[in-house]
Amino acid sequence: MSSTATVGDLVSQNYKYGFVTDIATDKIAKGLSEEVVRLISSMKQEPAFLLDFRLRAYRQWLQMEEPDWATLGYPPIDYQEIIYYAAPKQQQKKSSLDEVDPKLLETFEKLGIPLSEQKRLSNVAVDAVFDSVSIATTFREQLAEHGVIFCSISEAVKDHPELVERYLGTVVPTNDNYFAALNSAVFSDGSFVFIPKGVECPMELSTYFRINSGDTGQFERTLIIAEEASTVSYLEGCTAPMFDTNQLHAAVVELVALDDASIKYSTVQNWYAGDENGVGGIYNFVTKRGQCRGDRSRISWTQVETGSAITWKYPSCVLQGADSVGEFYSVALTNNRQQADTGTKMVHVGPRTRSTIVSKGISAGHSANSYRGLVQIGPKAVGARNYSQCDSMLIGDQAAANTYPYIRCQQPQSSIEHEASTCRISEDQLFYLQSRGIGFEEAVSMMVSGFCRDVFNQLPMEFAAEADKLLALKLEGSVG
Amino acid sequence: MSAVIRPDAPVLLEIRDLHASVENQPILKGVNLTIRAGEIHAVMGRNGSGKSTLSKVLAGHPAYTVTAGSVFYRGENLLDLDPEQRSRIGLFLGFQYPVEIPGVSNLEFLRVATNARRKERGDEELDTFAFEDVVRERLSVVQMDPAFLDRSVNEGFSGGEKKRNEILQMALLEPVVAILDETDSGLDIDALRIVAGGVNQLSSPDNATLLITHYQRLLDLITPDAVHVMAAGRILRSGGKELALELERSGYDWVDAELARLDGEAERQPLEVA
Repeated sequence: MSSTATVGDLVSQNYKYGFVTDIATDKIAKGLSEEVVRLISSMKQEPAFLLDFRLRAYRQWLQMEEPDWATLGYPPIDYQEIIYYAAPKQQQKKSSLDEVDPKLLETFEKLGIPLSEQKRLSNVAVDAVFDSVSIATTFREQLAEHGVIFCSISEAVKDHPELVERYLGTVVPTNDNYFAALNSAVFSDGSFVFIPKGVECPMELSTYFRINSGDTGQFERTLIIAEEASTVSYLEGCTAPMFDTNQLHAAVVELVALDDASIKYSTVQNWYAGDENGVGGIYNFVTKRGQCRGDRSRISWTQVETGSAITWKYPSCVLQGADSVGEFYSVALTNNRQQADTGTKMVHVGPRTRSTIVSKGISAGHSANSYRGLVQIGPKAVGARNYSQCDSMLIGDQAAANTYPYIRCQQPQSSIEHEASTCRISEDQLFYLQSRGIGFEEAVSMMVSGFCRDVFNQLPMEFAAEADKLLALKLEGSVG
Repeated sequence: MSAVIRPDAPVLLEIRDLHASVENQPILKGVNLTIRAGEIHAVMGRNGSGKSTLSKVLAGHPAYTVTAGSVFYRGENLLDLDPEQRSRIGLFLGFQYPVEIPGVSNLEFLRVATNARRKERGDEELDTFAFEDVVRERLSVVQMDPAFLDRSVNEGFSGGEKKRNEILQMALLEPVVAILDETDSGLDIDALRIVAGGVNQLSSPDNATLLITHYQRLLDLITPDAVHVMAAGRILRSGGKELALELERSGYDWVDAELARLDGEAERQPLEVA
C-alpha cells in the first residue's frame, strides 16, 4: 500500500521536528502544526483515511475561531504551548496485564480502578487510558464471546478499520465546532465499543481517563456503536493530578444507536478543579453527541460533573429515528472559582420522538454555574415531546447560577415543557438538621444529595454511592 | 429566681444571668432559670419578650451571640458545644416553625438523627429495617400516618403535621431536656390534644420539659410545675401553675409597671449589658 510508504517517510522526516530527545518520556515537542498532526498519525501507524480525516480537521480548525458565547471567563489558550501527544514509556499495548508497568497498575489501583485479575470489579469491564494511551482493557475475551468489541480506539483502527471508517465523524463532523475540530486533528486514544445486532452487553463497560503530564493536552475520542436491538451501559471516570498550570482536555464522544438499540452513557467527571483561588485545573471542552439513527432507539446521558476549572460540555441527542428517545440527567457542582457552562441539545428530527432533560446545578464558593440547553423540534417531528427541568441550588452568597434554555420549534403538533427552580441552602435548614444531632458537613451533603436524587437514580448502582460521596467531598468546607 | 420544686432531684439545666444579642441588638438581658429532673416549666410572655430567643440560644442557633452569663447542662458548659453535640447529649428544641427540607427523606432524616443520639449514648446504630420498626411504634405517640415517613422533611406538611413531626422526633431522640417553642401555636383542638398527649407520655422523673407558650389551653393539658413570665429579655416573675391562670384573667398590663420599676433601679445601678 502506498500509504504505508508515506507513513514510513513521515516517521523519519518528522523525527527532527517532533520527538523530544529523551525517548523515555515519549512526548512530542509542544505546539501544533500539520507536521504534528502527521506525526501523531504516523506514530500510530494509521491508515490513510484517518490521516486524511485528521488533516481535513486541522485545516478546518485553522479557519475557525474559539467560541466565546459561553458564560465563562479564562485567559486565551496558547495552542502552541500544549503538547499534543504523551505516552507512558511503555508505548505498545501489552497482550497481558502481567506485562503492564506495575507503576501504572498501581496508579489505577490508587484511583480505585483495580485492573489485575484478582481485584477487578466483577461486573465492570474497564479500559484504562493514561495520558494519551490506553494501557489495559479488562474482560476483553469474555466480551468477545458475545461479539462485543471493547478496546481502545487505536486498536479499533488497526483491527476493525472498516467500522471506524464507517462511523467516525458521522455524529460529530470534523468541523462541528472549534474544539471538535482540534480533537479530530490530534486525538490520541479513547475507547471503542461495538455491540452487534441483538446483543445485550453482559456487563457494564467503563473507561477511566487519567491525565498525568503537566503540560499535555488530552484529546480522547470515544465511539460507541449499538447495532439493531442491542443494549449497552457505559461509564467514564476522569481524574488528573494537581498542577498550578491549566491543562486542556478536548474530547469528542460519538454514539450511534440503530433500530431498537439502547445506549446509556454515564460520566463521573472529577478532573482537577484548581485550588481555591482558581490557580490550575483542567479546561474541559468536550463535545458529546449521540445519534438515535434507528427507529425506537434510545440514548441516555447521565453526568456528574464535579471537577475542572472550566467545563464546556453539552451532551446531546439527535433523534432521527421515529419514536426514538433521548435523555439527559445532569448534576453539575462548582465550588471555589470553578466555572461550568453545561447542558444539552435535544434535536427532534423524526416523528413522535421524545426527550427528557433533568439538570441540577449546585454552585458554592465564588463559582459560576450555567445551564444552557436547546430543544429543537424540526418540521417532520410530528407528535414530538420534550420535558425539561432545570434546578439550581446556591450555597453561600457569592456563587452564581444561570439558566439559558433555548427552544426552537417548527412543528405545531408537538409539546415542550420547561420547569425551572432556584433554591438556596438556608442557615435555618442547616440549623434544623444540626439541632437533631446531624453534623454541619453531613447536613449539607444530605441536602445536596436530596437535591440530586433524580439524577443519581439514573447512575449504575456501583457508581451512585460513589457520586454521592464525591459531592460531599467536594463541598467540604464550602459552607460557612 | 425560679422556685425550687423538687429540691432533691438533680439539676439538668442551669441558666445564670444569660445575655444574648442578635445583629448587635441585645435580646436576652439576664435570664436565670434552674430546671431539675422530673420538672415541667412553662415560660410565658408577650411577643418580643425573648422567649423564642431563649430557646434558640439554648439550642445554639448561629445567629445569636451570647454576650454574658452561663448555661450548664448536667454540669457541662452547654455554650461550648455545637448545636449537633447539644442534641446528641440530650437537649431537644421543638421548633415554632419547622423548616421544609425538600429532597431529604423524612425517614432517612429521622434515622440519621436517631443514630447520632444513639451513638453518643453508646447504643448500637439502627439500620434501615430495624429503624422502621422503631419509628412505626413511635408514630402511635403522635397518631401519625406512616405515609409521612416517605415524604421529604416537613415538605408540604400542614402546620399541625409539622408539629406532630416535631414530637415524633422528640419521641425518637428521647431527650433529657426538651424545649418546646410554641408547639401549640397554629394547632386545632384535636391536634393540640395529640401533641400534649405525646409530651405527657414522654415525660418521666428523669427528664424535664420547658414549654414556651402564649396560651393556658396547652397548660390545661400539660400541667406545669412552674410558670415563668418573661419580659424585656428577663424572667420577671415565677410561680406555680396558678400564675398562668392569673395571666389568662388579667393579661400582661402589670408587666409594664414592673419593668418601669426595674428600669428605675437599673439607672441607679447600671446592668452590665453589651
